[in-house]
Amino acid sequence: MRVDVNTFLGAYPWRRVPGTTPGHLVQAMDRVGITEAWVSHLPGLWWKDPTEGNDWLYETAVAHARLKPVPTVHPGLPHWEEVLAEAATRGAPAVRCDPQFLGLVPTGHEMRVLAATCGSAGVPLLMSVRLEDLRQRHPLDTAPDLPAAAVRGLIRADADVRLIVTHADRGFIEEVHFGCTPAEAERLWWDISWIWGPPEDHLATLLATIGPARFLFGTGQPLRIPEHAVAKLDLLDLPADARAAIEAGNARRLVAG
Amino acid sequence: MLIDVHAHFFPDRSPRSDWREYNASRLAAGDRMGVTVHVASVLGTFGRTSPTYFPSMADVSYGNDWLRGFQRDHPARVRGYVAVNPNYTDHAVAEITRGVKAGMIGLKLAASRRADDRLLDPVCVAARAHHLPVLHHIWQHRRRDWPQQEASDAVELCALALRHPDVSFILAHIGGGGDWLHSLAAVRDVPNVFVDLSGSGVDGGMLEACVDAVGVGRLLWGADMTLCTGWAKLRYLERLLPSGDVEEIRWKNAARLFPPGAFPAD
Repeated sequence: MRVDVNTFLGAYPWRRVPGTTPGHLVQAMDRVGITEAWVSHLPGLWWKDPTEGNDWLYETAVAHARLKPVPTVHPGLPHWEEVLAEAATRGAPAVRCDPQFLGLVPTGHEMRVLAATCGSAGVPLLMSVRLEDLRQRHPLDTAPDLPAAAVRGLIRADADVRLIVTHADRGFIEEVHFGCTPAEAERLWWDISWIWGPPEDHLATLLATIGPARFLFGTGQPLRIPEHAVAKLDLLDLPADARAAIEAGNARRLVAG
Repeated sequence: MLIDVHAHFFPDRSPRSDWREYNASRLAAGDRMGVTVHVASVLGTFGRTSPTYFPSMADVSYGNDWLRGFQRDHPARVRGYVAVNPNYTDHAVAEITRGVKAGMIGLKLAASRRADDRLLDPVCVAARAHHLPVLHHIWQHRRRDWPQQEASDAVELCALALRHPDVSFILAHIGGGGDWLHSLAAVRDVPNVFVDLSGSGVDGGMLEACVDAVGVGRLLWGADMTLCTGWAKLRYLERLLPSGDVEEIRWKNAARLFPPGAFPAD
């Protein structure tokens, strides 16, 4: 059992990326043994109204049972609460909002209200730190990385909010985790897609200092090849229960609430 | 057989207090992945007493000496590039001669000078004389200057390669940050530039683009600072290409590029 909480469907606006259709994603999942993928609509992340990609996402998830929709919510648009309610009704494992791509202030009022409302609704809120290395982005792709302070601010915004942060590196994770109370840190989950393995051994270090319960299997595919997330786990001497927790158990428990 | 053409080990005089653990981790992870030989460079003191990419003469010599000692400790698994700073031309050429005599098998140019600078010509002449490939640090499509390095991009490396058609150049870490599409377009028609697949980047489509640009014959497997990404790319290639092509990338291309006898199976 392997649940990938960090996947996308649809074209990337900044370069040609192969494998962006549902069929290609399922093929890639089979290639590396991924059972289930949480998917977002990639082009919609930059749309004025990103929720226009959600219907297609729901239809796709109906047609492909292994794909679970993670629809986007834009708290700056009217009726966003209805988008969140629909996600809960449709059983989405999480909703996402990437403030840096939507022109929202990461710790602004809209994001704080969204976090609090997600907490009340019992729906985890997912956001990425980045999708690509700053050094390789398109010249017009000037969105900054999500700041660690924003995650600390959002987790403190509401006692019930649960955040999933993807594409974070070791420094980011440590800054947030050890900048939170234990109770706050227990409402944070990190995908492993951007954490380095050996010889820097960032993932091994984090698993030793923070523990495996806070980590989720994530790849960032198709923008990144999914083999990376599997390889870094294969390079660890990880007890079977800890690996199973990262690969699926933590995600299952997160969804179960 | 698997040859990592872009490896680093940290010496005792580096700023890293965990240098032993780092080196041990690299060797252990390499064993688990099946790395036969790590072809490594040591960039002076990695910033402790002179900048990593602008090492002093003393640090250059120290780094190369330390690496030779490390190779003696791990004779089956470690080979060395001679690292030089071309701003010190006479020292650089002498260091190459000294390194070759001690069994080093390649030349590493970090970023002490732009790749197309004429100061690189004497060290390339020395590389040719000793049949050494030249691994050059590259920032894929450098659009501006960055602190701490005179980073070069593929266009600049190709200018150097065209001036030295009998020398083989390795464009470092195509996945190491920057616009790899730009680099691949630049090197496509320059036959003596090889592409090293290392770097932390594991972008979807990058490996296909590498094969399209230069073919399997000019691709070299490497990891640089992240063995996990190197292993991931290797696993992906094993699904993308026929096994014979993967063997070329895993080690055969490298075995042809480096001096005869450089590797155990040669």
